[in-house]
Amino acid sequence: MERIYETSDLEAWDEKIRVKVEEFGLTCYDQEFELCDHTQMLGAMAYHGMPAHYPHWSYGKAFERQSTLYNHGAAGLPYEMVINASPSLAYLMSKNSLCLQILTIAHVYAHNDFFRNNATFKFTQADNVIPAFKARADRVRDYMEDPSIGMSKVEPVLDAAHALSMQCSRNPAIRKLSQDEQKQRALAAAQPPADEYSKIHKRPDYIEPDLSKVPLEPDEDILLFIRDHQPRLSDWERDLLTIVHQEAQYFIPQMETKIMNEGWATFWHREIMNSLDLPQDIYLEFLVRHNQVVQPIAGDINPYHVGLKVWDDIKRRYDEPTDDEIARDGKPVMTGNEAMFALRETDRDSSFLRRFLTEDLCGELGLFEFQSQDGALVVTETPDEGEWKTIRETLLRSVGTASMPVIKVEDADYDQNGTLLLAHEHDGRNLHPGYAEHSLAHVHRLWGRPVALKTESAGETQVWCYDDNGFRDAS
Amino acid sequence: MTTVFRPYSASDALRSDRSAGDRLRHRQKIREALKENIAEIVAEESILTRGSDRIVKVPIRGIKEYRFVYGDGSPRVASSGQGEVKKGQVIGQDEQEGEGTGRGPGGDRPGVDYYETDVTIDELVDLLFEDLQLPDMERKHLREIEVDHGTKRLGYRRSGIRVHLDKKRTLKSKIRRRVATGSAGPVEELPSASLQDPAAGAEKPRFPFHKEDLRYRRRVPDVRPESNAVVICIMDTSGSMDVMKKYLARSFFFLLYQFVRTRYQTTELVFVAHHTQAREVDEEEFFSKGESGGTMISSGYRKALEIIQDRYHPSLWNIYAFHCSDGENFSSDNTEACNAAQDLCDVCNLFGYGEIKSEAEYFGATSMRKVFERLKADNFHAVVIDDREDVWPSLKAVLSKERVDPQKEGTG
Repeated sequence: MERIYETSDLEAWDEKIRVKVEEFGLTCYDQEFELCDHTQMLGAMAYHGMPAHYPHWSYGKAFERQSTLYNHGAAGLPYEMVINASPSLAYLMSKNSLCLQILTIAHVYAHNDFFRNNATFKFTQADNVIPAFKARADRVRDYMEDPSIGMSKVEPVLDAAHALSMQCSRNPAIRKLSQDEQKQRALAAAQPPADEYSKIHKRPDYIEPDLSKVPLEPDEDILLFIRDHQPRLSDWERDLLTIVHQEAQYFIPQMETKIMNEGWATFWHREIMNSLDLPQDIYLEFLVRHNQVVQPIAGDINPYHVGLKVWDDIKRRYDEPTDDEIARDGKPVMTGNEAMFALRETDRDSSFLRRFLTEDLCGELGLFEFQSQDGALVVTETPDEGEWKTIRETLLRSVGTASMPVIKVEDADYDQNGTLLLAHEHDGRNLHPGYAEHSLAHVHRLWGRPVALKTESAGETQVWCYDDNGFRDAS
Repeated sequence: MTTVFRPYSASDALRSDRSAGDRLRHRQKIREALKENIAEIVAEESILTRGSDRIVKVPIRGIKEYRFVYGDGSPRVASSGQGEVKKGQVIGQDEQEGEGTGRGPGGDRPGVDYYETDVTIDELVDLLFEDLQLPDMERKHLREIEVDHGTKRLGYRRSGIRVHLDKKRTLKSKIRRRVATGSAGPVEELPSASLQDPAAGAEKPRFPFHKEDLRYRRRVPDVRPESNAVVICIMDTSGSMDVMKKYLARSFFFLLYQFVRTRYQTTELVFVAHHTQAREVDEEEFFSKGESGGTMISSGYRKALEIIQDRYHPSLWNIYAFHCSDGENFSSDNTEACNAAQDLCDVCNLFGYGEIKSEAEYFGATSMRKVFERLKADNFHAVVIDDREDVWPSLKAVLSKERVDPQKEGTG
C-alpha cells in the first residue's frame, strides 16, 4: 500500500539519515532539497539543474527531447537531480513514494560528499556556483535585450561557442604555463643536450627557437585562444566566449567522475538504507528499486552498476583479500573504508578504472568490446578470451572527456595569411567528417579568417580547410 | 551541516515554465528547417488533388548541435547484461541514417534526431506561401460571381404569406396593443381566468387580433459572391517526356494547385495530355501513362480552349493554365501553337509554360521559349526547370506574373 507522507515526514527521515551520514564519515556541504513535479524536473534537467541559466534554443531542444521520451515511456525521470554547489541543491520528485524519497535523500548526501571531497571538483568554486550562473545568465540576457546587439547576433556566437566548449583543458590541476614560462621552455629545449664528450664531438648546430610563433606551445583552450587573439571581436562576443568556457569548465569534473560518483552514491545509499531499520514494506520496495538502479543495461554501460561493483571490489580487496592478491600485492596497509575514502579524494574515472577494473571484474560485469563493421555491430573482444586489458583500455577511452577528441591550436598565422591551424591529436580514432565540417564552420565564424584542421584518417594526414568559400579538403 | 526542505508548491510549478522561451526558439528553428526543404517534401508525396485536411508525416532532421566528435569506426565497450557474448557475434545493426551516423551507447557520438512532425497539407502550403508576400497578391481583384443560395431569414415585416406568420411575435404585439389601449385589467389574469371559467371570460370584452398585430418572417434571396478557379494542367506526354520530367511537372502542378486553392472557394483541376493529339484525362492517367510519338503543342492548347469554352467560362471562372513540355515541337506547328497560346492568355488569369530540360539537352535543342517570345501578353510566363530545386523558384517567378482581369478591376 502506498504510504502518504508530508514534508515533515521527509524531514524526520532526513534527521535519521544525517545521523548515519555522519557515522559513516561522509562530510557534506549544506544541503537544500526542493520538491518538484515532473515538468519542473524536466525543466531542471534541460538546464543541468541550474536555477538560473542563460537562454539558448538547445535547452529547449533538450527539454522537448526528454519530455518526448518521458511521455512515450521510453525513459523514466531520474529520482533525483543534484548539483555541485555549496549549499548543494537537489530536486526531489514530489510524486515519488516515501521509500524512493528516503533512498534519494541518502543518495544525494553521498553525491554531496563526493562533490566536496573529490580533487577533480577543487576548482569549481562551489560556494559561488549559483550566483555565478545567475550573473552569466543576466549578462547574456542583457546582450540579447541590447538593441544594438540582440538575439539574432547573440545566438550564432553561442551556437559556435557551444560547438567548441569541450575543446578546452580537461584537467584544471595541470597548470597552464604562462607566456614567459613557455618562452623559457622553448629556449631550454633549443640548448644542445649536455654531453660529456663535447670536446671530441662535433658541436651541434644551434637552432634558434621561433619565439614569435603564436601560440608557442599548442593551446587546448580554443575558445579562450580565439577570445584573446581575434582582434575583430567585440567585447560582448569575448564575454560570451568566456561564459561558455566557464560553464564547460564547471561541468567537466562531473563528466570525468560519472562512474565513480554514481558508484559512490549507490554504495552509500545501500549502506545507509541497510542501517536505517526501515519498516518492512519500505525495505522491500527499497530492494526492488535498488536492483533496478544497478541493473546492467545490455549493450550499454550503466555507471551505477559498474561504479558500485568496482567500489565493492575495492572494499573487499582491502578487507578480505584472497591469498592470490596478498601474494601479488602484499598485505593491505589500510582497511577497505580508509581505502575508499582516500580514493574518492584523489581519483577520477580514468584512473579509478585503470587501477581497479580487474580481469575478474571485467568478467563479472560482462564487459565486451564491439565495433561497427559494414553496418553491423560485431563483438571484437570478450574477457573470456583473455583480452580484458584491451577492453579496459577501450573503456577508458570512452569515459568522461576521453570520449571527445583532443584538438589544439597549433598556429594562429598559418601560411602567413592569418589562417588558424588546429591539430587533432589522433589516437586511432577518426573524426566524424560531417560533424568536423560543421564545427569548422563555427570556428571560422568566430575566427573571421580561414581555418584549417590537421587530422589523420586511414594512416594519412588530412587537412580540412574552411574559409569564406566553405569547406575544402586540402590534403 | 544543515538541511533545508522546500515543499512543493503547485502554484509555483504553474508559473515556472522556464524553458518556454527556448522551446519556442527551437520550434522556430525546426520550422525554418522545414521551410528550407519544403518543396522537396511536398514533391515526395503523391498528394496532388487530395483533401487539404490530410495529414502527412514529415521527417525533419533535428537541429543538430555540431561539435568535434569521433566517427563510427572506433571500438566501444558495453556490458552484456544477463546474456553471454562470443567473439565475432553480431549484436545488432549500426543504425545508419542520413549522413551515416550511428547511435552508439553513450551520448558522445553523433546521434540522429529525427522529428517526425505531423503537418496537414494546409499547414505546409501556409509555410510555402509565407515568403510569397501574399498580402500583396490578395489585394488584386479576383473574378467573382454571385451565386444564389436560395433564401435566408432577415428580420420581420407586417405583410406576407401565411406560412411565414410568426405566431409568438404576433401574439406579443397584440398584448402590447391591448396594454397600450388600457382596455383590459392586469395582463396575467386573463389566460387563467379564461381557462378556469369560460363563462367568466365571456363577460370581459373581446379583444380580437387586428391586422396590425400580424408579424411575418421576412425572407430575402441569399446571394453570396463566390470565386471559382480552375487549374488546367497541360502536359506533353510524347515519348521524350521521361519519368523524371513528369515528376518535375507533377511537383509544379501540385504547388500551383495548392496556391490557387488558398484563394478561391472552389478550385477544380483539369488534366490535358497531348502528343500530336490532345485528350482530357484523369489524374492517374495524366501522370502515369506514357505515350510515344511526336509533339504538337497547339493540339493541347486548342483542347484546353475547348474545355474552357464548354465548362469554365472566363466570366465565371478564374483560369490558371500551365503547360509542361520539353519543348520539342514540330516546327511546322510553332506558329499555330503561338496563336493558341495567345488565345489562352486572353482568357486566363495566368498562363505559364515550363520547359523541363536536363542540362545536357539544353544546348542545341529546339526550345519553345524562343517561339513564345513573340507572345504579347503580360500574364504569360515561361520558365525552365532543370531539376527539383528549380520547381519552387520557377513557381514564384510564374506567380509574379499573374494578371487581373482588366474589366473587373475597375469595378472592384
